[in-house]
Amino acid sequence: MVTARAVAEGVLDPELPVLTLAELGVLREVIESDDRVVVTITPTYSGCPAIEEMRRDLRTALTEAGYRDVEVRTVLAPAWTTDWISESGRRKLLEHGIAPPARVGPRPAGPVPLNLVPPPARVPCPRCGSAETTELSRFSATACKALRRCESCREPFEHVKEL
Amino acid sequence: MSFDNAYEAINDGAGEDAHWAFGTGFDDPLAGVDRALPAGVPVAELTAYCLMLGDDALVLSQRLAEWCSRAPELEEDVALANIALDLLGQARLLLSRAGEVEGAGRDEDTLAYLRDEHEFRNVRLVEIDCGPGPGGDFASTIARLLVFSSWRLAVFSRLVESADPVLSAVAAKGVKELAYHRDHAAQWTLRLAGGTEYSRERMVAGLARVWPLVGELFDPHPVELALPGVAVDPSLLRPEVDQVLDTVFGAAGLHRPEIAPLSPVAGRTGRDGAHTEALGYLLAEMQYLARSLPGASW
Repeated sequence: MVTARAVAEGVLDPELPVLTLAELGVLREVIESDDRVVVTITPTYSGCPAIEEMRRDLRTALTEAGYRDVEVRTVLAPAWTTDWISESGRRKLLEHGIAPPARVGPRPAGPVPLNLVPPPARVPCPRCGSAETTELSRFSATACKALRRCESCREPFEHVKEL
Repeated sequence: MSFDNAYEAINDGAGEDAHWAFGTGFDDPLAGVDRALPAGVPVAELTAYCLMLGDDALVLSQRLAEWCSRAPELEEDVALANIALDLLGQARLLLSRAGEVEGAGRDEDTLAYLRDEHEFRNVRLVEIDCGPGPGGDFASTIARLLVFSSWRLAVFSRLVESADPVLSAVAAKGVKELAYHRDHAAQWTLRLAGGTEYSRERMVAGLARVWPLVGELFDPHPVELALPGVAVDPSLLRPEVDQVLDTVFGAAGLHRPEIAPLSPVAGRTGRDGAHTEALGYLLAEMQYLARSLPGASW
């Protein structure tokens, strides 16, 4: 029998189905004892509607792999960050025309400064590699992505926002 | 799971994939979350505090969702819906926590759908009608979002240190979302104020529309004061929030409105369940289906 961890790690993200939940960094822990499995995941956003799909897909995959007693738990802390998207996850995003997020590091404690003129984000075009890209909208088809356009090849593309 | 078309998805009868008229049909959003009650915390006050923060998010989420398909441009439709979704997510966690701490068997859906106006603990700022429609316009919606997200971000950046593990976790997640909301509202404030004479007029009027309800955000409520180390005293946040707003106003060439705050009703405000008439209409729409068909799913 395949290990529960291997099964859970193979489950794809419902909204970015080029990535596994492990590559996205939402899969926190898989604990296996006899035929009982406890999987812990964390939501990307508080209102992420995909979290139920994730839970169900995990349960389905593990049940089909022969685990009879599957529990999927949610943890909120520490909060998910795009820094947890793995290297292979970033590569796959890029290969599928989605610009991966830059690394942001931990958030400093205290008030969040307001930055009315944010430094221009350098998000290279995932198609042609040009650095000349412009943000069209901060919110795209899902809350975790912004919409940008490449000024060289003129193609629009999505960018997973740094969070 | 994937479907060839939307109808197939709607008709999918597989097991737990219930389609809901009442509530979300989702599992407990706090499943697996550390929910130990910190020692010595008064239960009634903690319940009320979770309701206050949860109701703020739920009611504003409903207001923002009213713009869906009616925003000035498609991208803005998506933006406001996404912001509403973040707030709804925060509301679900906070209402679930309120129900759990209260211990009277009320879950997030019961609290959202089966309470009457006077039982809601949100500030009045989030309930007033800022459009779409004759009650307001896009500029007043932006003005409200700017004020509210600046205030809530200041609250949440302190709530991260709360002794309540759920409030602390919700805040840590929410800080990142609220920073984005504030940023979005600030950018629109600059665009509208710096656009045409007409767009500027609308922005000024929008700020004037919401300003009487700003003071209430900073009035400390007995519930907040009864929870040291758990809740945030909002009266301490005024200088920080004012500084943020003044930065935006300065860059936009706007002035902070000088408009008197809306009076409490017999000493009571939204936090005590005394609301404007707008909340009743909002709840009528939000709760209609759940109350007409209690517990329905299909």
